[in-house]
Amino acid sequence: MADTQTRPEELAGKHMHASAHSHGHDEHDGAAHGSMREYVIGFLLSVVLTAVPFWLVMSGAIADKQATALVIMAFAIVQIVVHMIYFLHMNTKSEGGWTMMALIFTVIIVVIALSGSLWVMYHLNYNMMPSMSEMGQLP
Amino acid sequence: MELEHVSHDHWSPILGRLWFDAIPMEPIVWATFAGVAVGGIALVAALTYFKLWGYLWKEWFTSVDHKKIGIMYMVLGLVMFVRGFADAIMMRLQQAMAFGGNEGYLNAHHFDQVFTAHGVIMIFFAAMPFVTGLMNYVVPLQIGARDVSFPFLNNFSFWMTTAGAVIIMMSLFLGEFGQTGWLAYPPLSGIAYSPWVGVDYWIWALQIAGVGTLLSGVNLVATIVKMRAPGMTMMRMPIFTWTALCTNILIVAAFPVLTAVLCMLSLDRYMGFNFFTNDFGGNSMMYVNLIWIWGHPEVYILILPLFGVFSEVTSTFSGKRLFGYSSMVYATMVITILSYVVWLHHFFTMGSGASVNSFFGITTMVISIPTGAKLFNWLFTMYRGRIRFELPMMWTVAFMLTFTIGGMTGVLLAVPPADFVLHNSLFLIAHFHNVIIGGVVFGVFAGINYWWPKAFGFKLDPFWGKVSFWMWVPGFYAAFMPLYVLGLMGVTRRMRMFDDPSLQPFFIVALLGAVMIAAGIGAMFVQFYVSIRNKEKLRDESGDPWDGRTLEWATSSPPPEYNFAFTPRVHDIDAWADMKRCGVTRPTQGFKAIHMPKSTATGVVLAGLSVGLGFAMIWYIWWLAIASFVGILGYGIFHTFNYKRDYHIPVEEVVETENTRTRQLAQAAA
Repeated sequence: MADTQTRPEELAGKHMHASAHSHGHDEHDGAAHGSMREYVIGFLLSVVLTAVPFWLVMSGAIADKQATALVIMAFAIVQIVVHMIYFLHMNTKSEGGWTMMALIFTVIIVVIALSGSLWVMYHLNYNMMPSMSEMGQLP
Repeated sequence: MELEHVSHDHWSPILGRLWFDAIPMEPIVWATFAGVAVGGIALVAALTYFKLWGYLWKEWFTSVDHKKIGIMYMVLGLVMFVRGFADAIMMRLQQAMAFGGNEGYLNAHHFDQVFTAHGVIMIFFAAMPFVTGLMNYVVPLQIGARDVSFPFLNNFSFWMTTAGAVIIMMSLFLGEFGQTGWLAYPPLSGIAYSPWVGVDYWIWALQIAGVGTLLSGVNLVATIVKMRAPGMTMMRMPIFTWTALCTNILIVAAFPVLTAVLCMLSLDRYMGFNFFTNDFGGNSMMYVNLIWIWGHPEVYILILPLFGVFSEVTSTFSGKRLFGYSSMVYATMVITILSYVVWLHHFFTMGSGASVNSFFGITTMVISIPTGAKLFNWLFTMYRGRIRFELPMMWTVAFMLTFTIGGMTGVLLAVPPADFVLHNSLFLIAHFHNVIIGGVVFGVFAGINYWWPKAFGFKLDPFWGKVSFWMWVPGFYAAFMPLYVLGLMGVTRRMRMFDDPSLQPFFIVALLGAVMIAAGIGAMFVQFYVSIRNKEKLRDESGDPWDGRTLEWATSSPPPEYNFAFTPRVHDIDAWADMKRCGVTRPTQGFKAIHMPKSTATGVVLAGLSVGLGFAMIWYIWWLAIASFVGILGYGIFHTFNYKRDYHIPVEEVVETENTRTRQLAQAAA
């Protein structure tokens, strides 16, 4: 397994930072490096995950446009995960757990920003553009 | 005055939109230009006469030393602060004059640029460089590191920030700046209502400086996470480093949103997109929503590091360990997260319903709890401490008083019904100046007075520092308390002239306050001058003039290029206080050659090309845009082939430096 090969290096690299040789070097301090096999799997997966949405749009396989958009979004999310695992080599242990921590933080912020924006803008439309029948009932 | 419509339709392939009509028809601008030109020529001549160009280039501009970059950030911040303040006092003068039919001395086009430039410059090019400069200088020293994680990137970040500042300064003399307010809300900032170069100057200055900010955020996060001295666990980090970490996490998470929003606005303006236009399905409120998703965290990006400064100053000058270290850390983390869930309070009035407004009103009030906890921590640190009222401590006490008032008016504004009355009034202006001046500016001054001896080896003159302090603090109150009153009476922001003569006395008091602040700024420069002139008298040989508690005071002042000959080992919070208590002796032998990063001109070159790119995009000079973009990519790739990135400081040199230090310490002790 490629993973087990990189781990000792990772542990050794972890405490290199305080040494005199911490900058300017080409050394890699402990990030996992994936094998050819991983890259190929990642590449194939991302090709498939890109091709399918294109096909969905071009062939119009799903009649409902909104459903198509949702399916494409789902593919995009899977694509992000594929990139993180196969290309960025993220896992729960890399960099002493810091990548995982950063990922969790990022997800929280992205969810706040996206869901918050949707909620705020939906609410705005609802309040600022009432239909004529609703106009009479506004306080 | 009638509104004259000037059309700027001229376009040529060579110069784009740039034509003779780009010269502003403003005598005030000409006078400024003459002043700047004379000053600039004098400066260039002086530098040439004293043969300083080579020194500046080799020792400063191309340096990747975090300490020098930190100082350069502070200089940039100071220069831009003066520019921003000039805008401020112009506004105060205009508003104090323009009553009862008097138009004042600024026409509408000029006045609108002045208030826009004031906001943009103060936030992006004064406060941000100050904050980044302090973090750059202090963080590596506090964690016992020799430099940041990516020293070249650090230099590049600085020059990108400077490039943004250069672009914004250009707008003063060539064309115009935005007339939209500092956040350039569409549709006003769209191409339909701002057809000329003003908003484009704004966009490109921010985009280019934003690259620098984002990269320095990445750099400092990596530095703090990866380069702490052995033994310095997260919960032993100095509070300033903690706040710097949270700030840079905020930068990394928030600035991409700004970049994306600016991209969308650019697409609207350049390519005829309709993200934020009035028609074709555009929604300008989406812009307001998105820019505040960046904008609110930005507020905490500015204030958090200064909370760190105040924590260091309070504990040092009270001679005590900080009260409630862990609660301080958790408060900082809570603020970091909560700063992402309050953004709507900047636009309560846009028309969302009660549930949205009350959610964001409550989160806004909640965020004052961790901030309040911090304040109590500082107070309890001072309680029964042996307080020394040196300048940094004076600024800290002024901050505590002032920020508390600003915080309370903030909570007032967090109540949506109250906000409906006060939105965009001078009450709001008074509130955010109250927290930004009382928090960020006072904090920066505390930081400058606190760390100056570390950076230059001598203290700042206390007399002129006190003059500055006593001009600034009452001046601030005189300048902004009247605005609270005016705001409550319903005066809105960004007004050029007024009808009601009963308002004038308040504006005159505010102007007098601004004049006092001007005196305070002047006194600060006198303080610098006097201190440099008397530096032998103010000299500090010990490297620890304030009886400091954190690692930056463990090394000499100014620190050697490599900061620490041996990486310190940390056993407690306040590592240096712990070392002094345990009587740790400084090693005097066994030195080794030290591996260091090498200076490079790449940062200057890339930033210079970026100015070219920004300028070309602003003026629609497409050939230059393409050329400078290709140049940036090309030079960036060329730089990757530069393998001469590092060198070793020979052991003899280290020994010599450290022996000098040994003698210096003996002299200080004697």
